[in-house]
Amino acid sequence: MKFAVKALSSGKARAGVVHLGSCPSSIETPCLLLSTRKGLPIFISPDLLSSLPSPDSNLLQFSPLHFSEGPSPKTISSIGGLHQMVGLHEYGFAAVARDSIQCLPECGSTNKTGASFETPCGRRLIKPVEYMEMITSMKPNLWATLADEVPAWANNKRNKTSVDRTVKWLDECIARSPAGGAVFGSIVGGSNIEERKRCAQEIIYAGYWIGGFGLGESMEERPSLLNAVTDNLPKDWPRMICGLGLPEEVLQGVAAGVDLFDSAYIYHLTIGGFALTFPLDRTEKIDYNYQLSDQGSDRTKINLRATVYRKDATPIVEDCCCYTCQNHTKAYINHLLNVHEMLAQILLEIHNTHHYLGFFRSIREAIKEGCFEQFQKKFVQSRREHLAADVVSV
Amino acid sequence: MALRFEVLGRFNRARAAQLTLPHFACQTPLFMPVGTQGTIKGLTTDQLEEIGCQIILGNTYHLALRPTSELIDELGGLHKFMNWPRALLTDSGGFQMVSLLHLADITEKGVTFQNRIGADIIMALDDVVRTTITGPRIEEAMYRTLRWVDRCIAAHKRPHEQNLFGIVQGGLDPVLRYAIGGLAGGEDKDSFWRVVAQCTAALPEDKPRYVMGVGYPLDIVVCSALGADMYDCVYPTRTARFGTALVPEGVLKLKHNAMVNDTRPIDPTCACMVCKNYTRAYIHCLVTKDAMGSQLLSYHNLYYMLQFPKGDVPEWVCNAMDVAGIDISSCCSS
Repeated sequence: MKFAVKALSSGKARAGVVHLGSCPSSIETPCLLLSTRKGLPIFISPDLLSSLPSPDSNLLQFSPLHFSEGPSPKTISSIGGLHQMVGLHEYGFAAVARDSIQCLPECGSTNKTGASFETPCGRRLIKPVEYMEMITSMKPNLWATLADEVPAWANNKRNKTSVDRTVKWLDECIARSPAGGAVFGSIVGGSNIEERKRCAQEIIYAGYWIGGFGLGESMEERPSLLNAVTDNLPKDWPRMICGLGLPEEVLQGVAAGVDLFDSAYIYHLTIGGFALTFPLDRTEKIDYNYQLSDQGSDRTKINLRATVYRKDATPIVEDCCCYTCQNHTKAYINHLLNVHEMLAQILLEIHNTHHYLGFFRSIREAIKEGCFEQFQKKFVQSRREHLAADVVSV
Repeated sequence: MALRFEVLGRFNRARAAQLTLPHFACQTPLFMPVGTQGTIKGLTTDQLEEIGCQIILGNTYHLALRPTSELIDELGGLHKFMNWPRALLTDSGGFQMVSLLHLADITEKGVTFQNRIGADIIMALDDVVRTTITGPRIEEAMYRTLRWVDRCIAAHKRPHEQNLFGIVQGGLDPVLRYAIGGLAGGEDKDSFWRVVAQCTAALPEDKPRYVMGVGYPLDIVVCSALGADMYDCVYPTRTARFGTALVPEGVLKLKHNAMVNDTRPIDPTCACMVCKNYTRAYIHCLVTKDAMGSQLLSYHNLYYMLQFPKGDVPEWVCNAMDVAGIDISSCCSS
């Protein structure tokens, strides 16, 4: 794996390029890692995946815990690894034990032998040895070491323990590290800035995975915690984070110098029947007079279950070139949702992924033009103003 | 005339034909997947085109309920609503409506709904009765179906864009086109083929014959040999959602524990995207747990159903038929 920073804006936000062995093209950062279940998107089948913008959509994230109930590491090895098993040879895979959708860290049950997660198969304790056995058989392009993540309100003692364990497990993981595959050292420390600093300083590796976020810390306290980590990391190596899913949270991460993001946002929108509609055009003026006639619209997204869309024969977003908007109407998706047909989720995941990748592209453009700070301010402000307008009009 | 049926090749009673419909020129014998609510579960229209789907069946009753036939009409018909460029067939809605409305009231309503939905082929309402019943009920069903077909013909508002298929119940009938109904309901196979044989013998040669609700691959082969041309069934997609794949040897239950570490494809002779890329072990870990499992298996099962009636016959079958003295050389890929 190769990584290089190409541009900086407002001091810390960086635009870079990452190159992975299996992907034919380099991928620009900040970028989004698409969520998968067992290596494939949750609803988008592999033949439809290629309709998403490339190479933006070529980085996928999975958790080895997805395979706790088979096939065995031995079988996966004999098939040739994850890329081979899921038939996505030209994609990049990032392995992280935590998957913000269905493998959530359960810090209460984590102990000195391993990290505990809530999964669809129940609570699982995974030890570094088992974790590395899975990583070795799956051969992801990059992987994060096993971490003991704690939420922001953990007390100092628990926080210190989590850092001690994470550093110890890092050594154990690296000792069993397979050839090939970039190692991202995990950094934890909860809401204790000193602990975060300590963890960051102890770990020096090919890239950094920042854990412990998206577990209950507030929007206000997050920037200082993020900076406590990123300020102590070497600038030339990529930083990956889990748990910052919403657009505003992503912007906070970018402002602190994070390069790779996972997101559960697309999944939750999709299963809720929502489609993203917020404007991606950065030159658009804020329209204070726009009509609030749509039910279920907050200018970020629309709720396609709303009856107002029953006869709407227009696409979700007028000039969107995703498969869904090119082929189907809001009326059809509204019908599919009402009759509980799986095609609704497939079409929504395609559109939402396409749209969110567009958001990341806007971020990169803003950084390259040196105006990321303004971009972030304007984005957050326009959302707030919209909410204020809502209140006034009621 | 909204339909043209041209027989291109024969083998005894079996025929290969071209059925030209307003939206698509189809090759028969053909299989129609069932898209009950305006979608084939878990597959996009692009994927369906790719695997060779020619006609999809829609259920009038379900569509009349949601989103209603008026809405579909207002938005330009079902083809436009679901963005399916090829052919569509809708059933009469009678079968499902039975318990809710007095049967005689829906004869014309069913045709009206179907006119609004706009499918290439629409079905006349029939009085459905099982072939396993004996007695005066059969004769009653036959005469009633005949009377209803006359009412359907009278109510049909778009004869130049949509083709009305009459349904043979309990007897034979000289109407525009022919569907053979009342089967696929659990009668024993020996009775089933005899009814099909009797119908195809008596029905006119130059019109397509549609055996409703059939079915299993073997049944389709037998009916085609006897002279039928069109089939529909929920079986391939429904069985996919329960983790079962269709293979030349029969079925493969992907849920079974034996599949956990089986690194072979579902069917090594199948050229579909699923068999080319995935192992039984991987599909096993998906089925019944993840939506993707249903999608991939539905894709494979429909590919299997859509490719086999006209697809390449494996060499071993050609060899076996040779020995059996049956000439299928026209079906074998050279």
